[in-house]
Amino acid sequence: MTEALEQTPLIPRGPSDKEKKYDRQLRLWAASGQAALESANLLLINSGAGTAGVETLKNLVLPGIGKFTIADDAVVQDVDLGVNFFLDESCLGKSRAQCCTELLLELNPEVDGVWNSTDSASLQQLLDASEAFTMIIYSLPLQPGMLEAIEAYGRQHRTPLVAIHSVGFYSYFRITLPGTFPIVDTHPDETATTDLRLLAPWPELSAFSNEMTKDIDNLDHHEHGHLPMVVILLHYLDVWKQEHDGAYPTSYEEKTEFRQLISNATRRDNPEGGEENFDEAFAAVMKHVSLPPVPSSLKQVFDYEHKDEQESKSSFWIIAEALKQFYTEHQCLPVTGSLPDMKAQSSVYIKLQNVYKDKARQDVNDVLARVHKLSGGENIRLAEVELFCKNARFIKLINTTGDAPPSMTEIIELELGRDEIAAIAGPEVPTSLIPIYLALSASSHASAASADEIITAVCQKAPALEGNERLTQVAQELSRAAGGELHNISAVIGGMVAQEVIKIITNQYVPIENTCIFDGIESRCQVLRL
Amino acid sequence: MSVETQRAAEIAADSKTARWKYLEQIRRNPGPFTNPEAVEEEFLAQFERFKILGAGGLGCEILKNLAMSKFKDIHVIDMDTIDISNLNRQFLFRKSDVGKFKAEVAAKFVEKRVKGVKITAHNKRIQDFDDEFYKQFQLVICGLDSIEARRWINAMLVSIAEESEDPDGVKPLIDGGTEGFKGQARVIFPSFTSCIECQLDMHAPRAAVPLCTIASIPRQPEHCVEWAHVIAWEQEKPFPTLDKDDPEHVTWIYQKALKRAEEFNIPGISYALTQGTIKNIIPAIASTNAIIAAACCNEAFKIATTTATCLGFENNYMMYSGNDSIYTYTFKHEKKEDCPVCGREARPLEVDPNMTLQDLLDSFAVRPEAQLKKPSIRAEGKTLYMQVPQSLEEQTRPNLSKSLNELGLENGQEVVVTDPAFPLEFNFYFKFKAEGS
Repeated sequence: MTEALEQTPLIPRGPSDKEKKYDRQLRLWAASGQAALESANLLLINSGAGTAGVETLKNLVLPGIGKFTIADDAVVQDVDLGVNFFLDESCLGKSRAQCCTELLLELNPEVDGVWNSTDSASLQQLLDASEAFTMIIYSLPLQPGMLEAIEAYGRQHRTPLVAIHSVGFYSYFRITLPGTFPIVDTHPDETATTDLRLLAPWPELSAFSNEMTKDIDNLDHHEHGHLPMVVILLHYLDVWKQEHDGAYPTSYEEKTEFRQLISNATRRDNPEGGEENFDEAFAAVMKHVSLPPVPSSLKQVFDYEHKDEQESKSSFWIIAEALKQFYTEHQCLPVTGSLPDMKAQSSVYIKLQNVYKDKARQDVNDVLARVHKLSGGENIRLAEVELFCKNARFIKLINTTGDAPPSMTEIIELELGRDEIAAIAGPEVPTSLIPIYLALSASSHASAASADEIITAVCQKAPALEGNERLTQVAQELSRAAGGELHNISAVIGGMVAQEVIKIITNQYVPIENTCIFDGIESRCQVLRL
Repeated sequence: MSVETQRAAEIAADSKTARWKYLEQIRRNPGPFTNPEAVEEEFLAQFERFKILGAGGLGCEILKNLAMSKFKDIHVIDMDTIDISNLNRQFLFRKSDVGKFKAEVAAKFVEKRVKGVKITAHNKRIQDFDDEFYKQFQLVICGLDSIEARRWINAMLVSIAEESEDPDGVKPLIDGGTEGFKGQARVIFPSFTSCIECQLDMHAPRAAVPLCTIASIPRQPEHCVEWAHVIAWEQEKPFPTLDKDDPEHVTWIYQKALKRAEEFNIPGISYALTQGTIKNIIPAIASTNAIIAAACCNEAFKIATTTATCLGFENNYMMYSGNDSIYTYTFKHEKKEDCPVCGREARPLEVDPNMTLQDLLDSFAVRPEAQLKKPSIRAEGKTLYMQVPQSLEEQTRPNLSKSLNELGLENGQEVVVTDPAFPLEFNFYFKFKAEGS
């Protein structure tokens, strides 16, 4: 969001028509995310009633995905009209792929869409003949042979795949990523990102603070009441150190005591009877008087061992290597350069903000110099390194290769164990949704099955669920839908899949890892790595 | 009837049955979570007559989902007209529809697409209708964008439920809202379960920037925009009234803010930021609206058909977040016995006896549990301050500068607060803060 807003144009100008249309989403993923969406090429392979897939596309056509293809050999029947909104009576007897494509294209003239009446025999042809797909979405159940062709394409072209299965009140989707998926622009909560470096100030910051506080007790009420909270904390941390053999307050007790020091220094004999800036300093002690640790997610990046030669040459891994060098040398991460608002005179605040910004720029240049020395790093741009440094503490790896997920047997055991705890704890602890996933997967090649057939199929793969009461209920519930979709459930899952596709294509926010199960009866989700 | 027309009628009936095959499968075959009555013919027939009301920014999604859930008699209220910035998510609208009434365009579109559904559009505010209007519906589902509108419809449905003698007066309220990748869906059985007013502290108002910061010590681009919006506009009045949707007006504020920011060396002013600040724009995308609206309509379908357990009496609130993986939290929000709308007890109001009545009234705007902008207040047998009528306002105005002590108000004193935005009274009792705390 900030990038979009910080680009101050030299000449004041209003937004273009396109910026107006996309305003509410540009505030989330900015122009860079929008550009990624607009160059994406999606394939939807539809089957069954096909609503979840079409609802997903609706939510991607609206924000302006570049191009989509619908592959579906079905001919529109009455039953489709009761569940799929992107069909009407005039579509009866026509290609479902064609009709859905045409009605979806009405939503956004900037989007391209084509259709193909593919069956399992011609899917390979379609995959071979089309320009590379950015992502492939397919809805289950699929015709035999199709899944193999899709998975082979995914491996060969490193294309992320999404499988969707929606029946009655139950649904799940599963994402297959081609390898380790790193995200820099994770959009953490703004409150989490502040890093004031109060316990490791650099010389310019200390000098700025010392200059303002050298005569702190003789400042008049106005000046004293407008010292920025950062300066107050830095000053009294110095005072504290002098009284504690050069040590900072670290334990909870010490910080409480330090907070008292701030409280005692607050002037109450002024007309306001207190000082807002000192109140801010008091409130910031517990949170900001600490060295932010290197989070485990970043350690994982530093310690990552490449299994794939090609992967290690990407700009992400080159910058990660340079950042690791920086960290090893300085024992801290680059300063982010952002400063929260705090009570202060305008000019003082801006100067302080620039002290932080200058240091951030210095750190970025340090990392950039290291990047340029690494093989393959010569052409990496400053902007990319800047974003990396700013977000360093929040960088995340998804789907790390080499760290295989537990087996289904282990997962089921774990989930059943949790259910036992849930049974004792009461309704606050939700039960596992894995029976829904297993029951749906058991019927992923056939549309309708009896409850007994579902239970037998699940227990063949997962003997631990033999006699499980929850599985019996889920199987009965699933069976009564006879393979049919409910529009609302498919619309929920279509929304979730669209969010995930956007996160993967824009490489912003954090996608799921890797399966999301939705229970439309209890109205809740569970994400599992399967 | 000729043989041909009879045959045609049969085909039509067959195709109608075929159309709703999946949905009827669920309605007619009870599952482990179905109410046994759900499959009785009488109950099944009732569903065909179910009358439902939708309103608010999730309207497009809600109308589509209700029509696709086989609801036949739907009303929709929305006073807004279509803006170009709606087109990235409100999928029933096209560029050529900009300026037309949302309710009308959406209703026509869905009626045309889904045969057999009747949708009545009202291009009005929800507050323009009285209890007689709301009594005709069995369920209300809304995705309103303001907390005021939510509180209003909530208070209306609670009062209908409380006055009614039979269970038909209890009209479930389903409410959805989104912000970016996040959202929530909740179900309320008015007067029986936790209502929107009980849950008001979930929507704490944003802390306002002090006026002195805006007026004299700006530090952030938003401070400069607020200065241009509040102070410069008042002084210069470039247009008779401010229209935040008029690009000319926004541009004026933007340029003023830009100048002020240059003066103070504050970076980061843009047109988008200016517009976002003055309109308090909340990011919104198609996918999140789809999730939340469908979750709401799924609850409506379950309530109307009893084909499966709905949210409401146990868990009644689902929070959704898609920022970092997907996370839902579905829980039970408890009813508050001292809720001013559905509770029966007065609530404690912690006050300093030395504060003036004006300070007390100002504090109602920012207290998370009250959020009242134009409060009037009276104590037993004593009118303390009334906003209207003018004569009473003038008569009670001198009280504003008096302290609670001076007004003779005591610890434990019960007071009644009203606000023109809400059709109800808020009952509080004073809890005096101890001296020096």
